Amino acid sequence: MTGMRHHRLLISGLGLLVALLFAVSLLIGYAPLDFGAALSDLLAGRESLPALVLAELRLPRAVLGAAVGFSLGVTGAALQGLMRNPIADPGIVGVSGAAALGAVVAFYFGFSATFALALPLGGLIGAGVATVFLLMVARSGADTATLILAGVAINALAGALTALALNLAPSPYAALEVVFWLMGSLADRSLVHVALALPFMVLGWGLVLASARAMDALTLGEDAAQSLGFSMQRVRLLVVGGTAAAVGASVAVAGAIGFVGLVVPHLVRPLVGHRPGRLLLASGLAGAALTLGADIAVRLIPTRPELKLGVVTAIIGAPFFLAMLRRLKVEGP
Amino acid sequence: MIVAASGVEVRRGGARVVRDLSLDVRGGELLGLIGPNGAGKTSLLRALCGLDPLAAGHIAFDGRTPAEIGRAAFGRTLAYLPQNGRIHWPMTVADVVALGRLPHGAAVLDDAARRAMAAADVTPLAHRTTGTLSGGERARVLLARALAVEAPVLLADEPVAALDPYHALQVMELLRATARAGAAVVAVLHDLTLAARFCDRLALMDRGALAALGTPVEVLAPAPVAAAYRVAVESGTRDGVPFVIPWSRLDRTDRTEQSP
Repeated sequence: MTGMRHHRLLISGLGLLVALLFAVSLLIGYAPLDFGAALSDLLAGRESLPALVLAELRLPRAVLGAAVGFSLGVTGAALQGLMRNPIADPGIVGVSGAAALGAVVAFYFGFSATFALALPLGGLIGAGVATVFLLMVARSGADTATLILAGVAINALAGALTALALNLAPSPYAALEVVFWLMGSLADRSLVHVALALPFMVLGWGLVLASARAMDALTLGEDAAQSLGFSMQRVRLLVVGGTAAAVGASVAVAGAIGFVGLVVPHLVRPLVGHRPGRLLLASGLAGAALTLGADIAVRLIPTRPELKLGVVTAIIGAPFFLAMLRRLKVEGP
Repeated sequence: MIVAASGVEVRRGGARVVRDLSLDVRGGELLGLIGPNGAGKTSLLRALCGLDPLAAGHIAFDGRTPAEIGRAAFGRTLAYLPQNGRIHWPMTVADVVALGRLPHGAAVLDDAARRAMAAADVTPLAHRTTGTLSGGERARVLLARALAVEAPVLLADEPVAALDPYHALQVMELLRATARAGAAVVAVLHDLTLAARFCDRLALMDRGALAALGTPVEVLAPAPVAAAYRVAVESGTRDGVPFVIPWSRLDRTDRTEQSP
């Protein structure tokens, strides 16, 4: 049995790891920076160049790395718990696809050329439309499978429309830029991106974490969970609504970063004694650590242009996932 | 605690799977719910749990409907052991049993959870992960989880289906002891021998309706069993306790002849 003390230790350890990687993320970058001077200028309110580099370039990147990673980790764990299916991924609810489509539409119609925040705003609108649709399905009393199938349908439609936009792109360069954006990256994001996305992410985390006890009960299946006093409709609204808010906002500012939401819960699950309620926070922290680490790696790897974060997480994540599947097969549920 | 169902009707896809069924179960008694496959036993149990809506009639727990009791409090009123229950993550047995404490707050291994583990004879398995259990062990772990709720009502759907004779007897003794301790216990059973031997009363369902309700000797008499199950039984008593053994199949003609 996994004791409470063991769990607190794990959460503190993961929290420390996130803090450490956050600091490292602030310390590295392309522009040379006297970190001590930048920090003292920033704290004293002096508008020096080092202070600007720290506050405008490095801080948003680190904050988004942690927040996007936490969003992917916590929602991946929640969806796997809700569906009792270890291969569920935050992308499955369709909000990522819809957010990507929103951003691509903003790009396609040239809004992004006229003002810089058109991409994240388009992403948020796309995610919002998909979320409203999903919540309507959830409130109509649909079961979990139907709800997820609705998400798969949204994903398929959004993917088709994104492909259509690429197909009709005015120039190959425009298409290339969309494709690059879709790969997912934290480069060149500003504090305005943080301000746009973070409130939705925090809201999403709150909703998903509120489902922790119900997640535990769902270990026994939906009927037994209901007999323990949990409303399945409420759990679905919390998890799907929370995932839509957090992941929709993540994709809107950072593009699609794959495999974090799928792989991280698997990594963490043995450390929490496979308890799905405890997995949520731990998986969120581990997701933040992994994303920060991957984003540090893309800046240290000497390729120019810099590798896209989503490419790195997928390159690391996919083989890793295959290895884990083999292990799962041996152990069996 | 008195669980009172009156005029209960449950529909599934338009079909009436439970029809005009009225039944009382009192604290202290073990009621066996028997009947052939498809008779509506599980549907009735699910309706009692509030998992499926009633098309007609009502169900009350000490005079209050589940809606009046409220969802969270209802979780403490009633413990439900589903048929073929699964444990979806390889958690330890102790963690699974502790889930029964969720309606009381957190899923912790408190005294009630330990009592439930001891009663279901799974304390030695406490640190095993559920993936390593045999079918019989898993069934007893899930029973311990249900007992850990310490609810005044326990509804168990085929609790002995996966068990060998030793553990089947053990679980039936445990269900009876739970009833003697004050709970109203309803168990869906297919084993008529165990039903006759352990239950205080039996409710025989056939095609959605209550075909017979009474003591095991009354309900497992040749006529009602032949009508519902199309089998002939051999029965007797040993030390004053009835036993029944399904002996031979009856064809359609026999059934019409023996039906009242």
